Amino acid sequence: MSALQKMMGWIDDRFPLTATYKAHLSEYYAPKNFNFWYFFGSLALLVLVIQIVTGIFLTMNYKPDAALAFISVEYIMRDVEWGWLIRYMHSTGASMFFVVVYLHMFRGLMYGSYRKPRELIWIFGVLIYLVLMAEAFVGYMLPWGQMSYWGAQVIVNLFAAVPFIGEDLSIWIRGDYVISDATLNRFFAFHVIALPLVLIALVAVHLVALHEVGSNNPDGIEIKKKKDPKTGIPLDGIPFHPYYTVKDIVGVIVFLMLFSAIVFFAPAMGGYFLEAANFVPADPLKTPEHIAPLWYFTPFYAILRAVPPLFGSQFPGVVAMGLSIVFLFFLPWLDRSKVKSIRYRGPIYKAFLAAFIVSFIGLGYLGLLPSTPVATIFAQIFSVIYFLFFLLMPWYTSIDKTKPEPERVTG
Amino acid sequence: MKRLKNFLFLLAAAPVVAFAAGPTVPLDKAPINLSDQDSLQRGARMFVNYCLNCHSASVMRYSRLQDLGLTEEQIKDNLLFATEKPGEPMHVAMRHAEGKAWFGATPPDLSVIARSRGADWLYTYLRGFYRDDTRATGWNNTVFDKVGMPHVMWDLQGEMVPVYKKDGEHEVIERLELAKPGSVSLAEYDAMVGDLVNYLQWMGEPAQNQRKQLGVIVLLFLGVFFVVAYYLKKEFWKDIH
Repeated sequence: MSALQKMMGWIDDRFPLTATYKAHLSEYYAPKNFNFWYFFGSLALLVLVIQIVTGIFLTMNYKPDAALAFISVEYIMRDVEWGWLIRYMHSTGASMFFVVVYLHMFRGLMYGSYRKPRELIWIFGVLIYLVLMAEAFVGYMLPWGQMSYWGAQVIVNLFAAVPFIGEDLSIWIRGDYVISDATLNRFFAFHVIALPLVLIALVAVHLVALHEVGSNNPDGIEIKKKKDPKTGIPLDGIPFHPYYTVKDIVGVIVFLMLFSAIVFFAPAMGGYFLEAANFVPADPLKTPEHIAPLWYFTPFYAILRAVPPLFGSQFPGVVAMGLSIVFLFFLPWLDRSKVKSIRYRGPIYKAFLAAFIVSFIGLGYLGLLPSTPVATIFAQIFSVIYFLFFLLMPWYTSIDKTKPEPERVTG
Repeated sequence: MKRLKNFLFLLAAAPVVAFAAGPTVPLDKAPINLSDQDSLQRGARMFVNYCLNCHSASVMRYSRLQDLGLTEEQIKDNLLFATEKPGEPMHVAMRHAEGKAWFGATPPDLSVIARSRGADWLYTYLRGFYRDDTRATGWNNTVFDKVGMPHVMWDLQGEMVPVYKKDGEHEVIERLELAKPGSVSLAEYDAMVGDLVNYLQWMGEPAQNQRKQLGVIVLLFLGVFFVVAYYLKKEFWKDIH
């Protein structure tokens, strides 16, 4: 027995190192037919690591103080060694996190990854998405520019629309009557510790749940149903390591090329990743002409604006915006189809999914624009389609004409 | 009665609101070339001479101008007029309250002005001043109506007056015409403003040249890494399918 084996034995008697390595990597059997869409889970993990590491270094130089925050960001951009790179990686990472997560969620919709027995994976995933939105929102306030300030003002005022307790609720959130230094301090605390902790915990349970039931695949069939009688290994399964680790490395490099192209050549992404108005220090006395959230929030912002106020209250819009996310949780039980994957679904589901995606992107586009009567009508149409995708799902998935699923994975 | 008051208020405010929505003046393209060190140096001189009396650049250190090829001696001898040291940021002596009292608004810090306004806006704005006797300063601007800032570089450009044209019921400014020549020709003035805006663009992010250079190296590295990773993957996956 070599010294290394001895050491591993010593550890394994005290901590399940080899067992964990086998369970999650070398003997975690993933379907062999993963395609392009299966890169985004591991890429989301990569972006999370980028955000945490760059975030730690930003925290070393950033000042969560209304008088200093804006200048401290510029200090990072100019005087801190490689500060500009760390900051741009973090700001690009924020947007790319959503790019990756949206593609990851779309994959789930296409191949029915939320269906039994993966309901909890999906629910943990939606929770991750919610926490990520909260994390992005509080983080966007920290540079303390005009959009940081007024964006936060608009969003926190949404809570003021809640009947009876709204006003007190919004003051409780801000810690002041307006967005102020007190708000900045607590948002900083949320951004650097509270929400990241929750996020990491959720990512952990998302992965534990995934590895318990095993990954779905583009055919939407269970590879565990067909096992090698001798070894008990799924016939269509291959060990995650080395097969998917080497494959994911290729995906990671392609992603990093895109990521670097943005960081080094277009860090503001034409105002979509860093807004021009956010290079003006926050001024509580000067409302910008046009307040728009960053692109990843605009679909929900458009839904909010599409709902007409009731008795002068924005509350119905706030409720609609909340419901647009709450519906995601119920997806596993709304879908009644016999098959999981879009490959074997009928034309009705495909049409609904296409309409849903068009609506979501359409809402995202409209949310960037100033409100006009025509834009509002379109936003209302798209919002209705968005909700019908969920509300009619039990009906259209059960009447849809599906194709038979294959016995073994294809392609 | 209250309704009537509201209505009258709205009516009075209407022109302001209409304007806030913005008659967008077409912007001229600024001649940005961040690899032109001479232009950036001339722009830095313009900035220190003309802007840095009312406008600060509070996160921009004088010593950073060394990135533009200036030596510390050159910066000290040509760009520092009082007791500043090269390591200090570009502050101004004018207090915020005074600026507000004199111009109606505190002159904004210009450190990242090119990032918020954009180079084209700055280029058009600095060439858009015209004589307007209704304004306290005697100046108005085509892209920033009723601006508090007077035409600081009037001695260079001279005095411009507007030429109006009919647009429906309103008269709008068609173009500006030189009424009293300044110390340089209009073409020379445009070039000088071009240098200044080029400098402002650079000052908005002094690391940007370095950023782009590094980006090329990073992408080349990733390109090589991709080839290696791709063939590694291919080798491993030979026995699957």
